[in-house]
Amino acid sequence: MALVTFLVMHATPGSPLDPVAEGANPLSPEAQQNLAAHYGLDKPLYQQFGIFLWNALHGDFGNSFIYKSRSVAEIISSTFPISLFLGTMAFALAVVGGLTLGILAATYQNRGWDYVSVSLATVGVAIPNFVLAVFMIILFSFMIPLFPTGGWGSWRTWVLPTVTLALGPMGIVARFTRASMLEVIRADYTRTARAKGLGERAVIFRHALKNAFIPIVTLLGPMFAAVGTGSFFVEAIFRVPGMGKFFVESMTGRDYPMIMAVVLTYGVFLTVMNLVVDLAYGFLDPRIRY
Amino acid sequence: MRDAIRRLRRNKLAMVGFVVVMILAFLAIFADFIAPYSYTKTNFGRLNEPPSRDYPLGTDQIGRDMLSRMIYGARVSMLVGLGAQVIVVALGVPIGAISGFFGGRTDLLLSRFIDVMYAFPRLLFVILVMSMLGAGLMNIFIAIGLTGWVGIARQTRAQVLAIKEKEFVDGARAMGAGLGRVLIKHVLPNALTPIVVAVTFGIPEAIFTEAALSFIGVGINPPTPSWGQMVGEGQQYLRSYWHLCVFPAIAIAVTMLAFTFFGDGVRDALDPKQK
Repeated sequence: MALVTFLVMHATPGSPLDPVAEGANPLSPEAQQNLAAHYGLDKPLYQQFGIFLWNALHGDFGNSFIYKSRSVAEIISSTFPISLFLGTMAFALAVVGGLTLGILAATYQNRGWDYVSVSLATVGVAIPNFVLAVFMIILFSFMIPLFPTGGWGSWRTWVLPTVTLALGPMGIVARFTRASMLEVIRADYTRTARAKGLGERAVIFRHALKNAFIPIVTLLGPMFAAVGTGSFFVEAIFRVPGMGKFFVESMTGRDYPMIMAVVLTYGVFLTVMNLVVDLAYGFLDPRIRY
Repeated sequence: MRDAIRRLRRNKLAMVGFVVVMILAFLAIFADFIAPYSYTKTNFGRLNEPPSRDYPLGTDQIGRDMLSRMIYGARVSMLVGLGAQVIVVALGVPIGAISGFFGGRTDLLLSRFIDVMYAFPRLLFVILVMSMLGAGLMNIFIAIGLTGWVGIARQTRAQVLAIKEKEFVDGARAMGAGLGRVLIKHVLPNALTPIVVAVTFGIPEAIFTEAALSFIGVGINPPTPSWGQMVGEGQQYLRSYWHLCVFPAIAIAVTMLAFTFFGDGVRDALDPKQK
């Protein structure tokens, strides 16, 4: 994956030393040569990649082309925790909210709660989060001034980005939970549980939910990806100083080391998470063997 | 098939979605006649104006008519939605079909490739490809096509795997039909349903991707209007000029919902068991 990203980035027409790029100065050819040597851009591609890989393994991603005084590792280490924090909150909200909505929808199938949760889920899934973000700001910052429009500080600034980021994945979880619960509720063992005189609550939580939960676990992998890539837009709109915002900025400035480092960080993170999810799945459902 | 259309017609939500999609298609095709102004015509006397009689949806930062830009934006969205699907189908169906039909080493190789592509976060990959190709409509087709075929390939492979075990396939083979003929004439037509469903869901996905790309500035080239780009530019001035951002945002939301409703309807109609 590192190789793919590296090649794609360097095959890109336009160099960071290009005077047309944003934030670049018109420089004399000699100065450009010097700069290229400084950043190692004059070496052949395979050498650049070798150097890059060697350094990356040591946690050194080189210096950012745009923020010249800061190394990429510094930027990542200062922005990643913010993105991780935002992502974790959104993820937790999505799982908890999605499960609740899904369970409500399944237990009250084709009644009020079902419609509420199904329509909320559809909206969350269908509408892109940067569009949601705009509506959120208008609703909760302008019309009802509850939360600030952006920034990153007190808990009040956290609410809107988290909710915006969570709505999409929440919809997916709610849909899945509903379908999965409906299936389980009709299963024989649920009828048995009812027949032996258990209350509705015990049936739902003890018997149905446990089995309904298994297929939902497979969703968690793609959900990490959705929250991760979704955060680019949400962070950019709400001016959250996280990795996603820097990624969008480095994109337009062709800041190779930044882009590489961000993609790699996301890639490694998502791969690890997928692995964790796979293992958890095998653990929860003993019928699966590797 | 007639059954499916009847079921689709009875689904109110799906029909609402269908009507909205038709209106959008109409706007997209006849944009040149409907739009009151050209999408590039600027009026520097009237910048950032809220909706008025002359400009029903107001004007943007350089005095262009928002309504006209919105109408032409529909054209971009519809083009991307449909155009990207052509590439997606052209890549995904053959790869999935070959992988499933021939099996063995071919299958192993192709499905590993599919798995790797599937694991890579879609949007991240599209953004990378776009930054390589540069902005522009054609490049968006290519970027979405290159990343979007994976889902359809998976679906097709699964279908073909199931169908090739059926008796009528053996029958066709026994009658002396070649492998290629069996695949194209007998197996693929029976695998069509999930492909159609995947395409109906692929359209809004592509529209969303274009909007997202244009939003961060690596999508459509200005001055061609795109809803995503309008939202991206407008959101910076949300407090002072709300209309710059709100109308295109509503347009994206309505379009996505319409396609989703219609897609859900198509899926339920073609496969009533799955509801």
